[in-house]
Amino acid sequence: MALKRKDLLGLRDITRGEIEEILKTAETMKKVVVGPNKKTSHLQGKSIVTLFYENSTRTRLSFELASKYMSAVAANIAASSSSVKKGETLIDTAQTIDSMGTDVIIMRHPMSGAPHIMAQHVRSSVINAGDGTNEHPTQGLLDMLTIQEKKGGFEGLKVAIVGDVVHSRVARSDVFGLTRMGARVVLAGPPTLLPAPGCELPGAEYAPTVEEAVEDADVVMALRIQLERQKKGLFPSVREYARFFEIDPKMLSLAKPDAFVMHPGPINRGVEISSYVANSDRSVINEQVTNGVAVRMALLYLLTRRDA
Amino acid sequence: MKNLLIKNAVIVNRDGRQTGDLLVRDGLIEAIGEGLPAEGCEVIDARGAYLLPGLVDLHCHLRDPGYEYKEDIFSGTRAAAAGGFTSVLCMANTKPVNDCAAITRYIVEKAQAAGYCKVYPYGAVTKGLEGKELAEMGDMREAGAVAFSDDGAPVDNTRLMEAALLYAGRFDGYIAVHPEDRSLTADGVMNRGVTATVLGLPGISRAAEEGPIARDLILAEENRARVHICHISTAGCVDLIRSAKARGVRVTCETTPHYLTLDDTACEGYDVNAKVAPPLRTPADQEALIQGLLDGTIDAIATDHAPHHIDDKVGEFLTAAKGISGFETAFASCYTRLVKGGFLTLEQLVEKMCWNPARIANIPGGELKAGAIADMFLADGEDWTVDAQRFYSKGRNTPLDGKTLSGRVLMTFQDGRIVHQREEF
Repeated sequence: MALKRKDLLGLRDITRGEIEEILKTAETMKKVVVGPNKKTSHLQGKSIVTLFYENSTRTRLSFELASKYMSAVAANIAASSSSVKKGETLIDTAQTIDSMGTDVIIMRHPMSGAPHIMAQHVRSSVINAGDGTNEHPTQGLLDMLTIQEKKGGFEGLKVAIVGDVVHSRVARSDVFGLTRMGARVVLAGPPTLLPAPGCELPGAEYAPTVEEAVEDADVVMALRIQLERQKKGLFPSVREYARFFEIDPKMLSLAKPDAFVMHPGPINRGVEISSYVANSDRSVINEQVTNGVAVRMALLYLLTRRDA
Repeated sequence: MKNLLIKNAVIVNRDGRQTGDLLVRDGLIEAIGEGLPAEGCEVIDARGAYLLPGLVDLHCHLRDPGYEYKEDIFSGTRAAAAGGFTSVLCMANTKPVNDCAAITRYIVEKAQAAGYCKVYPYGAVTKGLEGKELAEMGDMREAGAVAFSDDGAPVDNTRLMEAALLYAGRFDGYIAVHPEDRSLTADGVMNRGVTATVLGLPGISRAAEEGPIARDLILAEENRARVHICHISTAGCVDLIRSAKARGVRVTCETTPHYLTLDDTACEGYDVNAKVAPPLRTPADQEALIQGLLDGTIDAIATDHAPHHIDDKVGEFLTAAKGISGFETAFASCYTRLVKGGFLTLEQLVEKMCWNPARIANIPGGELKAGAIADMFLADGEDWTVDAQRFYSKGRNTPLDGKTLSGRVLMTFQDGRIVHQREEF
C-alpha cells in the first residue's frame, strides 16, 4: 500500500480510492494509538518536520505523536522562533528545511495556498496542516474516519455543518471529502459567515436556518466561531449567536435519534455548542482527537512509502 | 534627417485600409499612396504587413522615480515600443508621488532622453495620494501632465472628489478614476465567486467596483464635469456607463486586454501572476465588455501595465503585489481575442487602441494621414509564444507566459525613427 501522490495539500483533488486507502490504513494505526505499546517501526529512519506559522496545540501535537509512535525523527519549528522573523521568504525557508534531508514537511500557514507554493519548491512531501481559509485535509480525514466508524459508511448520510463556514478550512475539506464519498452535506449559519449568493461551494447544500440543516441529520458538526468576527461586524453578539446558531439539546433533538455531534475543537462552550451537548454521550469530540493521530500516522506511512 | 519610405504595407486607419506606401519627412507623414518615389529615402519593404497608427496607452505604470527595481522610464518605454506603443500615460504612484510640477518635468524629460515612446504623465489628484488636499493640478498641467488620477488610492471623500472634478476642468484636464470601495475590498484578493470559495481566498465583490462608478457618474453629471473611468472589469460597470452616456454625462472609459481575455479561474494553483486590481472576473463579464466595445460604451483599451519585481510576485497569494506586465502582450491579446475571434475589425481595434485614446487624452496620434506625426508600427497576424524572460520590461509578471498568441509587432516608429525592430523581421 502506498499513495502515488507526493503531497497532501487538500481533499479537493483526492480520489475516492485514496480516501478509502487512507481510512483503511488509519483503522490499523488506531490499534497502536489505543493499545498498550505505542511504538512501531513504520517510519524508522524517516525525518519529519512540522513547520507552523500559526499557533496550534492539538494538530501539532497530533502530528508529533504520530511521527514518534512510528519511530520517525521528528522536529518542530514554530515560525515565531525561526528565521521567518528575520524576513526570510517562504520558499527560502522551505528549501533550507528540505536541504537538511527531510522526508515530510507538515505545514500550517495563515494564508490560503501557502503549502501549494511550498510543495512546488521542495523534494519532501508536504502535508497541509491548515492553510488560511482554504483546507485542513487531515481534519477532514479524521472526521471521515469518525463518521465511518459510527455509521459504517457515507452513502446517503446527511451531514449538517453549522457556523462560520466561510472562514472554515475544516468545512471546506469536509465538504470535498464527504461529498466525494456520497454523503449529503448541508451548510447553515449566519449569512455573513456563509459564501455569498452565487459563490457557494460546489457539491454542498445550503439551508436558510440551522434548524433546517439539522433536521433528520445523521451527523451534526458545529464549527468554531472566532470571537474577532464580531469586531469585524459579521455578527452582533455572542449572546445572539448562541440564541440562533448554537447546537444545544433542543436543536439536536431535530436530528435523527442516533445522530452524533462533532466539533473540530477547540470549543467555545455556550457559543457554538452547549456544554449539555458537548458533554453528552452524543458527542464524539474526544474520539475525533484519537482518530486524528491514527489518520496522521496512516498518511505519514503512505506518503513515505511512495518510493518504496 | 533622412526621409523614410515604407512600401507594400496594408495601411490601416479606424475608417478603412489601403494597400500602398507611406512616405515620412521630418517626422511627419508626407504622403500615402501607391508607387511613391524612393529617391533619398531609407526604404522598408513591409511585405504586406499591417502598418497601424502607434498604440496610445491611457494607463500604465513606469515606476520611476522611486521603484526603479520594478521598472524605470528607459526599460518601460523600451517595452512600450516593443509592444507597438508610441504614446503612453503613466500613473502618479511613484516615490515621491507625481504631485508637483518638478516630478512631472523629471518624467517628461527622462522619457524624451530615452526617446522610445512619448510619455504623458498623470498628475496626482491629491497631495501624496492621501485623499486629503488637492495637488497643484494647474502647475502640473503646464509641466506636461495631461490628466489627473490617484489611481489605486482612489479619492474616498466624495466632497473632495467633486472639487477635483470641477478644478481639473479649469486647466483643460480631467480626472481618471480607479473605481474601488476599499472598505468593500477589505482583505479580498480575487473575484468573489465560486473559484475564490473553492480556493479559500477572500473575494472582491462587483459592488466594490460598481458602487464608486455610480458615485462618480452622478458627480460628473451634476457638475457637468468630465470623468474617465479606468480598467472596468464587470458587466455592471458597462451598464452604468452606457446609461450615463445615454443621459449625456461627459464620461469616457477603458478596459484592459486581461479583462477581455482572462477569467478568475486563472488564479487556480494560486498563480500570483493572475492577481490584479480589479480582479479577473468571469466569461460573462468578458462578453459584456466586448459588447461595450462594439456599442461604443467602452472607448478605449488600455494596458494598466503594472510591472513588478520577482521578489514582489512570489510566494503567498495574499501578500503578492497586484498587477500584470502588459505592454508586450497587449496588441497580440487583443488581436487574438477580438480580431481573430471575429468580434472587431482591425479598423475597430485601431479606434479603441489608437484613435480614441489620443482624443481622450487630447494628444497627437491615432491616425495615419498626410500631415500627421509618423508614430506607427508594423504588425502581422502570425503566431508567437510569449516568453516573459525575453520582455524588455523589467516586469516579467504575466499570466500569459508560455501561451501562444497571434499578432506580432514587427517594427515601431517614433516620429519616423525606428525605435523597435523584431529580431526575425
